[in-house]
Amino acid sequence: MTTIEETNTQTYKRSFSLRKFFRRNGTQLGIFTVFVLLWGIFIISAPETFLSPQIYYAFMSTIPFFAIVAMPLTITVIAGEIDLSFPAIMAIGMVAFLLVYDVSQSVWLGSLVALLVGLFAGWLNGIIIVHFGIPSLVATIGTQFFWRGAVLVLSQGKSGTLVYTKETLLHPILVGKVFGVIPMQMVWLIVVTILCWILLNRTRFGAHVYLIGDNAESAKLMGVNTGRVRIRTFMLVGLVAVFAGILASLHVTYFWPSLGDGYLLRTLASVFLGGTSVFGGVGTLFGTFFGAFIIGAIEAATVAIGLTGFWTQLIYGLIIVISVIMHAYVRRKVE
Amino acid sequence: MTFRVELRKVSKHFGEVCALQDVDFQLGQNEVVGLLGDNGAGKSTLIKIITGYYQQSTGELFFNGEKVDHLTVPKARQMGVETVYQERALAELQSLWRNIFLGRELTNRFGLLDIKKMEAETYRLMTQAMGFTSAAVSPESKVGTFSGGERQGVAIVRALYFDADIIILDEPTMGLSLKETDKLLNFVRGIRGAGKSSIFIDHNIVHVYAVADRVVVIDRGKVAGEFMTDEISLDDLMANMIHIAETGSFA
Repeated sequence: MTTIEETNTQTYKRSFSLRKFFRRNGTQLGIFTVFVLLWGIFIISAPETFLSPQIYYAFMSTIPFFAIVAMPLTITVIAGEIDLSFPAIMAIGMVAFLLVYDVSQSVWLGSLVALLVGLFAGWLNGIIIVHFGIPSLVATIGTQFFWRGAVLVLSQGKSGTLVYTKETLLHPILVGKVFGVIPMQMVWLIVVTILCWILLNRTRFGAHVYLIGDNAESAKLMGVNTGRVRIRTFMLVGLVAVFAGILASLHVTYFWPSLGDGYLLRTLASVFLGGTSVFGGVGTLFGTFFGAFIIGAIEAATVAIGLTGFWTQLIYGLIIVISVIMHAYVRRKVE
Repeated sequence: MTFRVELRKVSKHFGEVCALQDVDFQLGQNEVVGLLGDNGAGKSTLIKIITGYYQQSTGELFFNGEKVDHLTVPKARQMGVETVYQERALAELQSLWRNIFLGRELTNRFGLLDIKKMEAETYRLMTQAMGFTSAAVSPESKVGTFSGGERQGVAIVRALYFDADIIILDEPTMGLSLKETDKLLNFVRGIRGAGKSSIFIDHNIVHVYAVADRVVVIDRGKVAGEFMTDEISLDDLMANMIHIAETGSFA
């Protein structure tokens, strides 16, 4: 038999079984369980804080700035790469915004050019990594210094007010408050998450991302343009990083040349906490989403519980290591 | 009569290494050609040029009489070339349906993946062609959990699903049990029976002799000889191969 004829046999019906559901979504369930457990601990240890809405508004206000970048970063890591340069790209994007605003007095044009700069920086990462074969870890360490340096040179180390943006529509659209309480950046986080999910799970690009991270050679043998896909993942990170940078800067209506500093580890931790494997080929955005909220909440929770801020890093470390071990365990069981 | 595939004076260099030198090769309209040769002789390089994975350094490539420049893997597939690679070209952490449609994912009219269709097709192939009847295996099963023979089945079914005219098999019997090997050889015979052509690479000269119409021997990047299998005995063929390996030419 050399052709497969279409005969009428039983059609595939995706039967739902609880066991299959657990198997297929092991990682997501894992991180979700950790999330719920921790939440429970927080509520029990500090009920006044965690049973009133203010802390949640605070989370929704600050977590999105790094959680937004964690989404495309997850895609990049699934493809078997990593990007350490996004904090610097956030900053160079804002520098572009400021320079364009100086000349054009338009925040919209400034935003557009900033986003293009982000795309370009991501593309540059991609070219260095794909065409010159430099491992992404090393390449993005290099570009991270380069862009941060460019920021310092162009801004001369000076910070600047963004108060004028409050007069424009851009400000409320990006960082305003829905119903007076829900921060727009949270809405944007949900939008970015949904868009990234569609990209990763419903497009050829996303299918290729998983395949390349799993076995780049197999993908290449079967005609997947691995170089192009990889470059695009970096471009996506660059674009979204600048977007997050604009949000963060507008939120405080101030530009700091150090924009992005301090987001690096948090964002990476969210990705790995969420169950994405550093080896590539597996990972979910759902996991990253909850990973980001766990990371974001720990700092506030530590203080609310009554421990000093010194405990924060210890607890971060504990939770990260335990979660990553849990993910590896779940993965092994499922296989 | 035009050949399905023809290579004229094809050479391939990798830096200083010359993997193929002035190779002339033809694949007829309905034949199984066995490609034999020692490790590093250039067999895999030759087929990777036919599948579009490599570009030849010099020489010309013809498909059904038409010259083709800059052949790529997607282009080769459009011309009906399908390959079952030595490495199986599978992604082990991914599900069966993702592997079947690797690089050729089906999309709906919005350009989004038609996962339902891919899963349904995979299920059909699983039950009809691959013989997976166990309830434990589904289109969602990760290919890494399959045995060597099952993975081979996946790679073959994948090649067939897309209606190939030229089926290339690179060391397909590697890692297979006797029963699975027998199944594979029958499958190769079936290819000819269906009017198509196949290039079959294997170390095992007995396997190749059993199914090929013609045997081409590659040695150190050159075509060292060609034999019609019905004009030479297995013993003579083996003796010739040994001679080629020792001296680089025929007796």
